[in-house]
Formats: sequence, C-alpha cells, structure tokens
Amino acid sequence: MDAITVEHITKKYGGVLALNDVSFTVGKGELFGLIGPDGAGKSTLFRILTTLLLADKGKGTVAGHPIVNEYKEIRKKVGYMPGRFSLYQDLSIEENLSFFATIFGTTVEDNYDLIKDIYVQIEPFKKRLAGKLSGGMKQKLALCCALIHKPEVLFLDEPTTGVDAVSRVEFWDMLKKLKTKGIAILVSTPYMDEATLCDRIALIQNGEILKINSPQQMISNFEKPLFSINSTETYRLLNYLRVQNFTESVLPFGENLHLITNKPYEVSQIEHHLKISGFSDSTAKTIQPTVEDIFLDVSQPVN
Amino acid sequence: MNILAYIIQKEFIQIIRNKAILPMMTVLPIVQLIVLSNAASNEVKNVNVVVVDMDQSESSRTLNHKIIANDRITLVATSFNTNEAHFYLQENTSDIVIEIPPDFENDYINGKQPKIQLLVNATNGQQAIVGSGYLKAIVASFNAKLIQKVIPDISISKQSNTTISSRYWYNPELKYTHFMAPGILAQLTALLTIILSAMNVVREREVGTIEQINVTPLKKWQFILGKLIPFLCIGLVLFTVGIIASKLIFSIPILGNLPLLFGYTTLNIIAVLGLGLLISNFADTQQQAIFVAFFFIIIFVLMSGLFTPIDSMPKWAQQLTVGNPLAHFISVSRKVLMKGSGFWNIRFEFLYTFILAFIFNGLAVWSYKKQV
Repeated sequence: MDAITVEHITKKYGGVLALNDVSFTVGKGELFGLIGPDGAGKSTLFRILTTLLLADKGKGTVAGHPIVNEYKEIRKKVGYMPGRFSLYQDLSIEENLSFFATIFGTTVEDNYDLIKDIYVQIEPFKKRLAGKLSGGMKQKLALCCALIHKPEVLFLDEPTTGVDAVSRVEFWDMLKKLKTKGIAILVSTPYMDEATLCDRIALIQNGEILKINSPQQMISNFEKPLFSINSTETYRLLNYLRVQNFTESVLPFGENLHLITNKPYEVSQIEHHLKISGFSDSTAKTIQPTVEDIFLDVSQPVN
Repeated sequence: MNILAYIIQKEFIQIIRNKAILPMMTVLPIVQLIVLSNAASNEVKNVNVVVVDMDQSESSRTLNHKIIANDRITLVATSFNTNEAHFYLQENTSDIVIEIPPDFENDYINGKQPKIQLLVNATNGQQAIVGSGYLKAIVASFNAKLIQKVIPDISISKQSNTTISSRYWYNPELKYTHFMAPGILAQLTALLTIILSAMNVVREREVGTIEQINVTPLKKWQFILGKLIPFLCIGLVLFTVGIIASKLIFSIPILGNLPLLFGYTTLNIIAVLGLGLLISNFADTQQQAIFVAFFFIIIFVLMSGLFTPIDSMPKWAQQLTVGNPLAHFISVSRKVLMKGSGFWNIRFEFLYTFILAFIFNGLAVWSYKKQV
C-alpha cells in the first residue's frame, strides 16, 4: 500500500490555478522530492495533504486514509514541518519537544530512539529558547518535533531553505536514515542539487507536474546533446548562441554556458565553429545533465 | 485531560516569559485605579464666575460677597461692562457671568421684581447645569433673607414650608471614589482579559505555530480551553490585586459576600474571554485584533454605566446594555461591594452574563477552524 496517493488534485486561489491536475504516489520508506521554484504550488500541495486545505478537485490518501473524510486519522499519523519555522519561539528546545509529544498523546522517552540521532546534536542547548537558535538547529528541532509521535508519513516543506551548506548535508543524511525506518517522506526544495538525494522526484512548475522519475533515470533518459562551454566573453557568447540555427537552448550555469543543440555534434565541431566566429578562447565539452538542466529543459517553452 | 493540563502549563510558561504581562497585571491596574478613581469625576468642584455689578448698592454687594464666599466658586473678575464680561466667557476663563442690573436694590424696595441674569457657558452641559444650580441656590437664600428684612411678616409663613432632609444610603459621605473604584476595577479586569485573549490566538497565527498545531490531533475544545483557563487565572489575580489596592488606598466598603463577587467575576471573565477568542479567530494580524477589540471596549466602557448612569440613556441604549458584559460586571461590583447585595439581588446579571458567556464561547469554539 502506498503511503501517499494523489489523484488529479486541482486547487484554485481566486482565478489563479495553484495546482493543476496533479497525480503521483509515494511508497513506504520512499524519499520523494518535489522540485520546483517558489510559487510552483509545492506548499499548497503540502497543505492539502496535511488536511489544512481542501482541494477543489481530485482525491488523495495519506497513510491509507482519504484526505477529506478521515482527516482526523491522518493528523495522528503524519509529521509536518511547515516552510516557515512554526515552533514556539518563547519555549525552550526541551519544552517544545515535550509539548508536541504530549499533544500527540505520547512522551519523549517512548519515541526517543527515533529522534536520538538528531536530538543529541541539539541536546547541549536544550534549555535555550527556540527563537534564539541558529537556522540549522531550528530545522533539527522542527524535525524532532515532527517525528516525536512516530509518524508514518513525514511532510517537509522546504526544510533546508535558509540553512547553511553543512547543515543541509547533515539534514539530508538524517532523512536517509529515517527512510530506512519505513517512514515515507515527501520533501520539497527549490535547490536542484538536493534532488539527486531523493529516491524519486517530481518536477513541478506553475502548479503542474512536468516529470516524475528517479533522478538517475531522468539523467540517463535525457538524450539531447548537452555541452558546457567556457569562454572569457560569456555574455557575448550567450547572445551569439541564442540566435544560431543549431541551438535549441542555451543558459548560463555559473561561469559556463550549457548548450543544448537540436542535433548531435562533435565537441570539435562546436569549438571550431566558435573559433571562426570570433570566440577563439572558448572551450567546449560534453557533459552529463544535472537535474537543473532537465528542469530548465522541460520547463522552457520551446520556440 | 493530561493534554489539557499540559497546554495550560505551556501557556503559563509563555505568559511568565512575556515581560509585559506581569507589570500589566500589577502596576497598571493600581495606577489606573488611583488616577481614574480620583480624576474621572463628574463632580463640579470649581465654577469660575465674573460678576457685573451695575448697581453697586448694599444689597448687590451682599449678594456679591455671598457668591464669593462659596468655596466652589471662584471670582475671576468683576466688571462694569457687559461686553468685557462676554469676553471672559469667550476666552473660557469664566463659566458664568452674573449681571446685576442698575436698579437692583431700588426695585426690591419698590416692590418690583428685580432680575439677575446668568450667562452660562454650556459647552459642557454638566458644568453649566451644576454651576448655575449653585448660583441659583445662593440667590434663593439671599432672596429669602432679603425678603425677611424688607417685609418681615411674609417670611414667617415662608418658613413653615416643607423642608426636605435626605440621608445618603450606601455611600453616606457621598465619596466619589467609593462609587468609582468598584466600577473601574470591573472595567480594568474586563479590558485586560479581552485584549490578552484577542491577541493570543492571532499571535499564534502570525508566528505560524497554529499551522503546526492544526496538523496535530489536538481537539478544538482542548485548544480553546487551554487558552481560556490561564487568562481566567490572570483576570482573577488582577481583580484581587485591584480589590486589595482599592481597600488600602480608598478604603472602599466591602459589605457583600466576597466569594459571591468572585464567583460572578469568574463567570464574567469567561464571557469576556470568549469574545476575545472570537475576535482572535477572525483576525489575521494582531493589529486587526486590537482594532476590533478596541471597538468593543469603547462601546462597552461608554455604555457600561461607569461614568454616565445607564438610567439616563435612551431606551434603546438601555436595552443594548443587556449584551454588554461590562455593564453587568460594574453593576454587580457596585451592588455587592457598596450595598452588600446577595445572590437574589444580582440574579439577572448572573443570568445575562451566563447567556453571554455561552454565546461568545460557543461561537469561539465553532469559528475556530483547524483548516486554512
């Protein structure tokens, strides 16, 4: 039985379509990522699945319970970490944790083994008020509070936004461990580099799911010729490539340009073409696509 | 039950950590009690008067002296020019101008009726009516004496008139503070509890904690009760502090049964808290909540009978006070403290407050949605 099923869910805010016919499933012990930019509809989907919001159309189940009729059961079985830090800032780490344990009818001791790995990292500061914690520690505390009642499904809405790089890596390590305990995790992130850490990902934009697959499959399924080009005149080169016949898309990636061509070329052909066009110092190479390349490719309207 | 106890405990921890609430509970009520009970007075203690004595006779001077001798009246100026006297009124330096006409004494002796004119600044109606009342009383007693002097035989029959002697029950010395302090006490308690509760749920919404709470199996009534009980305790503490302070500072009478008063206070605070939570449920920000709470507070205070008696309001306004928990609170507080009223005397206040508490809290639980 799947931990989460979503079938044709649609939600409108006024005239704006926040979610358009979204469907996917998340299995038990699966780490499923919703990858998309701000405003893609990720938080709306989280709210619908955590029974805070009603969808206009479509249905879904969480932990085997339909999201509308059995919302009370769902609330007992899910852990939710909203995008914004939502714990009591004027309570200490300890107090927040035992508060959430109590309202779920359990105690910190009962489920300590589940949160132990995470909690030991913030335990030295357990008397500190939550409002005075650093971003990374806040996330760890929020994760502890979301886990304290042994949920079957964990919803993490942009858990690493605003968290430093080291804490982000640690956070994803923790998620991997949780997954082995059979907890299904739905996580959203705007960071494409985190996508490869998920079992499967859904690329979402403007309320629509563009693609669902494992990140590895997505990368190996990508068949378009992709080149990374380095040049000292990046901006001029970008403008030049945009209007070429062989270009399908060209986008800046850091100090390089990622070029997708509409038919296969050799690296030497590209380099040669650039040299005779006045970009003598530019170098090109074939690269494996990243999730970001794939996202930009599917999200871009083809001219 | 365990869950509820824990929520209450959590709420108390938050209240104690909030540095603003403790002084709000202790210092503020005492300051307000002292300031308001003394200052918010309807008594007219000083009337500024300008005398225009055109007569300059013995009689007019006697009248003049009588007026000045009254300790509630201050003579601002004397003048022989009516226009100049009007100027004092215009300048607000004088409340009343008394004009004694040129033939004042002559008219008396000749058996005509001399006329004194009072020009009263009636911008403040209370001041105008009471001030001119003082002067009328002085003129009347002056009149009686003068008639006695001029026509001695008439005065005998005058003196056999009915005389009225009144005794002031429940507040024999007519101490204004005895009347105000119990009312202000009630007003303070209601005001603080409505604001605290109106701000509370909405604060959780602003900070975002409510989103986390809503995804838990916490029941609505547990949530609302968890908010209500701590604020009820605060309200009762505040009321106790207030009573002790007014006893020590103003030595207000405490004639009635204190447990009865506290019983009613509990019921009243529950009603007011229900309204506060109801406001909180509909507001998105603390700012909105405060504005709406303020709207109710102003109406409640001005129509509570605290400053102006409910009996002197128009009929419709009097009927509206049935829905005003503060009006009942003030009434009970005054009745129990000053008159020593028992339960039977305040049964209607109990009944109305109970109904209000039921309605407000019912709506608060009903309107609290665990969804966005």
